[in-house]
Amino acid sequence: MPSTIRVRAVAHGESTEVQSLIQHPMDSGFVKDKEGKLIPPHYIEVVSFECNGKTVFTAFWGPAVSKDPYLKFSFKGGRKGDELKISWTDNEGKSDSIAAKIL
Amino acid sequence: MSRAVSSVSGEVSAGRRLVLHALGLGGMAALAVAAGLVPPARAAEEAPAWPKNAFAQKDQAHALDALYGKTLEASDKVSLDVPEIAENGAVVPVSVTTSLPNVTSISVLIPENPYTLAASYRLPEGTEPSVSCRLKMAKTSDVVVVVESAGKLYGAKKQVKVTLGGCGG
Repeated sequence: MPSTIRVRAVAHGESTEVQSLIQHPMDSGFVKDKEGKLIPPHYIEVVSFECNGKTVFTAFWGPAVSKDPYLKFSFKGGRKGDELKISWTDNEGKSDSIAAKIL
Repeated sequence: MSRAVSSVSGEVSAGRRLVLHALGLGGMAALAVAAGLVPPARAAEEAPAWPKNAFAQKDQAHALDALYGKTLEASDKVSLDVPEIAENGAVVPVSVTTSLPNVTSISVLIPENPYTLAASYRLPEGTEPSVSCRLKMAKTSDVVVVVESAGKLYGAKKQVKVTLGGCGG
């Protein structure tokens, strides 16, 4: 199965800009399906980004984050060729992770 | 327990207390059970764990109290970029940036949503105080951003008019 995470991390001098896109329904628990039944909440709770063994960003999400969540941030200390590790966990205990090279 | 990430055996009693608390709030049974053994929100800074209690709050004051235990002061150094009108409430781009020093966290709250807190970000040293994401909005509401800088909370807000809500159906 292909990864649910797509990430692009680009070093600009000292700073590394990270953009990530995760495939996830992010069901809020308030939306009904075609039969009128509520779709139970199913959303990512935690996304963490690590570079060179150090956490550089942690996202805590609730059900109000949009489907297939997008995230952009920048951090210092990453260099071209370093590995950035991204992992997420949702409220059903599912998770995924990926490692990407900084460009 | 399938939640290996946040389950720590020593936190069983705290988790159980939280679950009972959430049950008392009503309507939160499923969430509380699903979230299981999550340590209290205040412990989030030492060992980042999902702040379950803060995400369960329905108004801004309680959410901020659960998340930070502090109150907010308005600041023009916090800049919030949101659309004036969002045709589709399911996808509202939100960008926050600030010139404040020593920023350790940035949170986004949407007071008119069923649960106020939308997202909370932890920024270790070396991470720039700027984040962009996309959020759902149930209806027209302020978007409130909170920046924690050197232990104090600073906020800014802007109204977004929502034509089509993104939380119900």
